[in-house]
Amino acid sequence: MDLREFLAPAADVARRTGPQDRIVLSSRVRLARNLKGFAFPGWAKKQDRIQVYEKVAAAVAEVPTLSGCFCESLDKLSALDKQLLVERHLISREHAARSGGSGVVLNRQETLCLMINEEDHLRMQSLRPGLQLRQAWAEIDALDTELEAHLPYAFSPELGYLTACPTNVGTGIRVSAMLHLPGLVLSEQINAIVQSVNKLGLAVRGLYGEGTEALGNVFQVSNQMTLGESEQTLLEKLDKVLRQIIEFEENARATLIEKNPKMVYNHIGRAYGILANAHIIASKEAMNMLSLMRLGVDLGMFPGVDRSLTDELFLLIQPAHLQLLHQEKLQAEERDIIRADLIRSRLRSVSRPGPPLPAGGSTE
Amino acid sequence: MKCCVCKEREATVHLTQIVGDKVQKLDLCEECARNKGINDPTGFALADLLLGMSGSPQEEGTAKAGELRCPQCGFTQAEFKKLGRFGCPECYQTFSEGLEELLKTMHKGTRHVGKVPAAYRGVEDMKKRLERLQQELARAVRDENFERAAVLRDEIKHLQARLAAPGER
Repeated sequence: MDLREFLAPAADVARRTGPQDRIVLSSRVRLARNLKGFAFPGWAKKQDRIQVYEKVAAAVAEVPTLSGCFCESLDKLSALDKQLLVERHLISREHAARSGGSGVVLNRQETLCLMINEEDHLRMQSLRPGLQLRQAWAEIDALDTELEAHLPYAFSPELGYLTACPTNVGTGIRVSAMLHLPGLVLSEQINAIVQSVNKLGLAVRGLYGEGTEALGNVFQVSNQMTLGESEQTLLEKLDKVLRQIIEFEENARATLIEKNPKMVYNHIGRAYGILANAHIIASKEAMNMLSLMRLGVDLGMFPGVDRSLTDELFLLIQPAHLQLLHQEKLQAEERDIIRADLIRSRLRSVSRPGPPLPAGGSTE
Repeated sequence: MKCCVCKEREATVHLTQIVGDKVQKLDLCEECARNKGINDPTGFALADLLLGMSGSPQEEGTAKAGELRCPQCGFTQAEFKKLGRFGCPECYQTFSEGLEELLKTMHKGTRHVGKVPAAYRGVEDMKKRLERLQQELARAVRDENFERAAVLRDEIKHLQARLAAPGER
């Protein structure tokens, strides 16, 4: 099966909507599971990893929820394919570096994605647009229950699901959401928020997870503790914190517009200026500018422009997605030119930003 | 107060981490603190520190008794210290000594609460039942109801045998 044919076009991905998606880009619930009697992937010999891969792949084929899914060993995927999956947040960067003996499973709707032999034998995740933690949990819980009938999980009544790293033992769950927080960044409140979220035992990470930068003002909030708390309790806790962050972000935006409108218009206007006129742009700058433009769309400064425009570009300008549009292998410098061309052409029909809609009238 | 890593020099660096309602403390000497890369006291987690901690009481104990090795996968304590990960599910049993302390620094609790696979749900029920039967047996013995006690004893034996083979369906 060809992964590139299987994946939905970026335009479709950008049009997926969910509750609170003005601020919450996506919700995710991940479960870590391992098979009894096999060494964890990091310690197992390649033969054992292949055996685990085959066992899991066979179970995947048996499970009705995953019928018609994409299931492939990583040595059958090109580096570009794997990078595409990373840019879509379907697999981790660590997993993309793996090859034979590891695999990936993806359902048609791209709501379920399984990594076989990542840090654990099985890492299954459910993804949803917007704030939908409960739905994501319900979906992955059901899949996990289906799979456990075919796979003998390593489980201890005292310690729960046994994982390669003791930081994941117990429920093996990681509940997370990706948030777009330009208001909190512009108003310089983000560090205080990150610190107080950390104090609650939750982690705040960058765009691509652990150890990555918060490019484009995108932050990932997730639980860290997995032992001693039920999935439900964790879910409720994270949901509550996320709703609070959403409120803080909305307040930050409202306060900025009220107290310092020129600063906000300046940032958004300049971002538009660069995006609409640049001929060379690196992905980092492009993401940061697109983030500001997205804020402008949220504030009603680009009448008639839908958020899916910036969201699609956010995905399309990533290195592997750009490469996909071209036959020959692109060098970084060429990518920066092609990226700028793509953004300019997409923004051709977008007029310069005006003042926010609620304010009404034009000052120009 | 002595440094909790080298246990030789006086501890002058005192760290406290509060996560939720849990307080973790660590007392280090300057040299060990530097070795652990502590210059920004806000930018690290105590768990990471403890994971890579050398000369902890458990390690001294096992070093004397020869290197502890997992019978299932051959993973050693030293490798766990280095990698912070286990070799196989059995390692949780092999390296159970000191594990609870480590888990305490990482998690809310040290016992699993939450989803249980169907294959083990019976086990949980059996355990609860076993507890109840044992209480009942004690009561029967106290009341000198030996007939009842004999029945209970057989049932407990039966349950214990089934529990000895967990996960079997």
